Amino acid sequence: MRPLVRLPGAAPLLLLSSLAVLGLLVVLPLAVVFQQAFSKGVAAYLAPLADPDALAAIRLTLLVAAIAVPLNAVFGLAAAWTIARFEFKGRTLLLTLIDLPFSISPVVSGLVWVLLFGAQGLFGALLQAWGVKIIFATTGLVLATILVTLPFVARELIPLMQDQGADEEAAALTLGAGGAAVFTRVTLPKVKWALLYGVLLCNARAMGEFGAVSVVSGHIRGLTTTLPLHIEVLYNDYDFVGAFAAATLLASLGLITLVVKTALEWRFADELAAFRRR
Amino acid sequence: MKSAAIARWREPSVLPGFPLALGLTLAYLGAIVVVPLAVLALKPWSLGIAGVWSALTEPRVLAALRLSFTTAALAALVDAPLGLMIGWTLTRYEFPGRRLLDALVDLPFALPTAVAGIALTALYAPNGPLGALAAKVGIKTAYSPLGVFIALLFVGLPFVVRAIQPVLEDLDQEVEEAARTLGASDLQRVWRVVLPALAPALVSGVGLAFARAVGEYGSVIFIAGNMPMRTEIAPLLIVIKLEEFDYAGAAAVGLAMVVIAFGALVAINALQARLAGHGRT
Repeated sequence: MRPLVRLPGAAPLLLLSSLAVLGLLVVLPLAVVFQQAFSKGVAAYLAPLADPDALAAIRLTLLVAAIAVPLNAVFGLAAAWTIARFEFKGRTLLLTLIDLPFSISPVVSGLVWVLLFGAQGLFGALLQAWGVKIIFATTGLVLATILVTLPFVARELIPLMQDQGADEEAAALTLGAGGAAVFTRVTLPKVKWALLYGVLLCNARAMGEFGAVSVVSGHIRGLTTTLPLHIEVLYNDYDFVGAFAAATLLASLGLITLVVKTALEWRFADELAAFRRR
Repeated sequence: MKSAAIARWREPSVLPGFPLALGLTLAYLGAIVVVPLAVLALKPWSLGIAGVWSALTEPRVLAALRLSFTTAALAALVDAPLGLMIGWTLTRYEFPGRRLLDALVDLPFALPTAVAGIALTALYAPNGPLGALAAKVGIKTAYSPLGVFIALLFVGLPFVVRAIQPVLEDLDQEVEEAARTLGASDLQRVWRVVLPALAPALVSGVGLAFARAVGEYGSVIFIAGNMPMRTEIAPLLIVIKLEEFDYAGAAAVGLAMVVIAFGALVAINALQARLAGHGRT
């Protein structure tokens, strides 16, 4: 189908300009992460990664994502089942609420938890009396991460399931399958790649989230610093090699996510919401 | 047709699980989104109306809000032609490496913001390769509003490209062919046929880039330098106020950001609807 409009002589110019913009604005920052991390040699790169605080940060990042992502995946399935399979009043409002976390600042997504559970927050005194710590503790990090990444799975599943319709589920029911069997044997296989796609993006954001967790973390080294916060701590200490070494881990996570995402888009375009209509 | 099929099956007795799924969805949304945001909406008023007003008209707060919203708007607007060019190149030309280039567009989505922040700073700091180059011609990039702008440009670019790409791909060949047979030149066809069809998607892409840029934190704070009144963004001011245990002041700034951003999005949606209406007639 291409090219339709030829714009004589413009093709090489546009291609070169696009390459220049993407190279300068997008690829160069990625390259500089690795260049800076290895600027003092491989040994200097590996040392900060073996540091106990770095290892604690990696563990905490994995733990937070391991709690937040499955919860948001279950929520995404429940929300998609509700919205894409039933007609009821208030569906649009529900959709707006699900989208909301995408349009508020990550810092605000952290702030709200401080307003609720911080020392001078709504439940601050109560929590103190009970001896429960949420802010400046893992629970706060998990809550902030859940809020920021809430829409990813639901946003991928809802349009796809609306598009697919409920005919097959209905057929399975009339053939005598139970509700649980319909969900696990009919619905889940139909949406499995979209679910994986949503979980992939949700996980990447959960592990890389900075603003929201920064507000609730308190930056206690080895205890409440996730990997992105660990980068900030090292950077502010002028330990640039250490900061960029930690950054290579997150950059690699981003690259792997991008590769898997692109592979899913090429291979299963028909089973992903965003590409179905193309 | 599909909606009719769903309508037929909407009775809870036929497709099971409605009460359970709805209950789960509402409980989760309530706990994670509704209650926390309600607290954000209510907390500032503990200062009283006059207190909120004086908290928001503090010169440092005004400067931060102005910086956040103007640089976000500028970056989103500059992303428009850049995104348009990249989207056009990716959909209209076939060249080796096209799919790789296409995948690279998503890099700003995939790169965690703190990583992007320190990387951009390393590039644009006075001793960084690009920063030194700019310094030679007397332009200060990092630790100036221009640094904030560069970070927001980076963050917003994929929104514009991804918004217009599907429209460019679907654009009816015949319309362009018709314009050609009627004697329209190449430039005329782009200007009079392609751009009007793209306009609603372009506006929504710019709107998304703007919304993301206003609240952006991680990729900005490293490159900004964070000088009060000059390069301090609004989200950073929230963090500073929280560190001073000024919860109500922090909530006031947060609420102001949400309200202004919401107003801007409503305006953008209205513009988009108008442009879409024009395209159809």
